[in-house]
Amino acid sequence: MEALLEVRELSLRFGGITALSQIGLAVAEGETLAVIGPNGSGKTSLFNCITSIYRPTSGAISFRGEPLTRHSPDEVTRLGIARTFQNLRLFHNMSVLDNLMVGRHLHFRKNLLAAVLRLRGEETRHRRRCEEIVEFLNLEPVRKTRAGDCPYGVQKRVELGRALATEPRLLLLDEPVSGLTQEEKEEFAYWIHEIRGRFGITILLVEHDLRVASRLAGRMVALDHGVKIAEGTPAAVQRHPDVIKAYLGE
Amino acid sequence: MDLVESYAEDLRFARRPAARVLLGLLLAALAVFPWVAAEHLVFLATLIALYSIGVIGQNLLIGYTGQISFGQAGFLAIGAFAFGHLRIWGAPFALALLGAGALAAVAGVFVGFPSLRLKGPYLSIATLGFGVAVYQVFVNWEVLSGGRSGLAIASLQPMFGLSGTRWTYYVYVLLLTGFTLAAYNIVSSFIGRAFVAIRDSDIAAEVNGVSLTRYKLLAFAISSFYTGVHGALYAQILGHIEPQIFNVLESITLFVAVIIGGVASIEGSILGAVFVTLVPKVFANFREMVPVVYGVTILLVLIFEPLGLFGRWLKTRLYFQLWPFR
Ligand SMILES: Nc1ncnc2c1ncn2[C@@H]1O[C@H](COP(=O)(O)OP(=O)(O)OP(=O)(O)O)[C@@H](O)[C@H]1O
Ligand SMILES: [Mg+2]
Repeated sequence: MEALLEVRELSLRFGGITALSQIGLAVAEGETLAVIGPNGSGKTSLFNCITSIYRPTSGAISFRGEPLTRHSPDEVTRLGIARTFQNLRLFHNMSVLDNLMVGRHLHFRKNLLAAVLRLRGEETRHRRRCEEIVEFLNLEPVRKTRAGDCPYGVQKRVELGRALATEPRLLLLDEPVSGLTQEEKEEFAYWIHEIRGRFGITILLVEHDLRVASRLAGRMVALDHGVKIAEGTPAAVQRHPDVIKAYLGE
Repeated sequence: MDLVESYAEDLRFARRPAARVLLGLLLAALAVFPWVAAEHLVFLATLIALYSIGVIGQNLLIGYTGQISFGQAGFLAIGAFAFGHLRIWGAPFALALLGAGALAAVAGVFVGFPSLRLKGPYLSIATLGFGVAVYQVFVNWEVLSGGRSGLAIASLQPMFGLSGTRWTYYVYVLLLTGFTLAAYNIVSSFIGRAFVAIRDSDIAAEVNGVSLTRYKLLAFAISSFYTGVHGALYAQILGHIEPQIFNVLESITLFVAVIIGGVASIEGSILGAVFVTLVPKVFANFREMVPVVYGVTILLVLIFEPLGLFGRWLKTRLYFQLWPFR
């Protein structure tokens, strides 16, 4: 099967620090791939390269066969990649609903005059899509609440909803269940499972909670100090001696 | 309980009946005002109306998009002189006004380019530099500024048998109404959401498909259009302009109005315009006190009421809504 996302010999350096070194991986359409690794191993940096927030020092990334090196982050999103952030980046002063509506931005038929004259056909059309997401993620009670006033667990859901609102082909989740209570983790794992099942979205997932990661992902990749040290089924990767060494130290 | 029947209804302007009644009363009061108030008060209200347009424009840029900018005096000057020349060449008022706004908007796009690379204080300094440069160009380039004698602009021809003061008042208040409605519509549309998204988190905005280039430049263009119109209306009411009018203090005054009125609030912008128009009048005999009053008020606002006069009003309103239960 042809890969949806392909990363080849990707390297990223910040001055003396090598955040990523010759990383290669492929994500197949419809799968869930988990990236694991200890703190500072380069997981978030990998996401930042894929979404064009960082320019890789060398290497190539391609999505649906198209190279992604010259695109700005918003163009990458338009091609069908959405993401969430490890340390939430919500629009704090907007309502939850408006946060989701920003996710719809790229699907709007944009007409300056219609905006100035308050012709809101597009608005209601997209509002309907957002309400579907509101319902899916149980956000009804906080729909009109300022995002910054929501509790942490809700904010994580809002960010997931905003990413879903862009209607991605590939969804990058950076530690989606970190900082959540056990119950919230269960809920979130269910949603992630459903996103793949119901919407057919491919998922690339960074997760520290290995129990959750191995439950959700069909395959796993392990990084350490910016180097890929293992790849395979979750069970095999977690048994890999280099992975055990990376997590437990020498 | 506030029940909404449909998404379209949720998006309506002044949806609640109370808001519509208030709006009607306000418009009626504005219409009657020049017939009950003394002439100098009508003139003052006209001044506030034109100033409000500029403050709303700057609030779109500073308050909504979060691009702290100090080039306002430059856009005022461009608007005023473009308007002056167009009028002298025989363009009618409305056309000259449009031309002034459009030229300022084009200048705004140019000034906006640094905003794609510069953030926070660096952008402020770059835009401040633009304001100073425009000032120097007009001071030194007599073809543009009309030399030592400046530009003289013919006054508005009153219609319907109204006095000049009343006619100007009505025209300006009508323009303010139009620009206010347009601003409300913009901030509640996908454009306004993109602006606020950029302010709250530019990275998240980008990752959700908002083009920073396009929307930052759009914010500069729209706000400069408003400020250019402000400059033109000011030129019209003065009847005579020279570059010295548009110095750095004008940039600061507009900025002060945004902060004191309330960032990211259209109503607040108008309150801010009232403030910066009235303070110099109240302190007419102590001119040098005006900047001090601005400075102290800004400090008080930032410490006690970061949302400005409008934030104060929201709290007062909440107080009365909850009364007598507190
Ligand atoms: N903008 C940056 N400037 C300098 N160094 C950076 C930058 N971003 C990341 N790094 C460095 O790159 C390395 C990888 O960081 P990264 O955030 O990708 O790790 P991570 O695997 O996501 O870690 P964590 O599990 O803590 O989230 C670290 O050594 C980090 O200090
Ligand atoms: Mg990380």
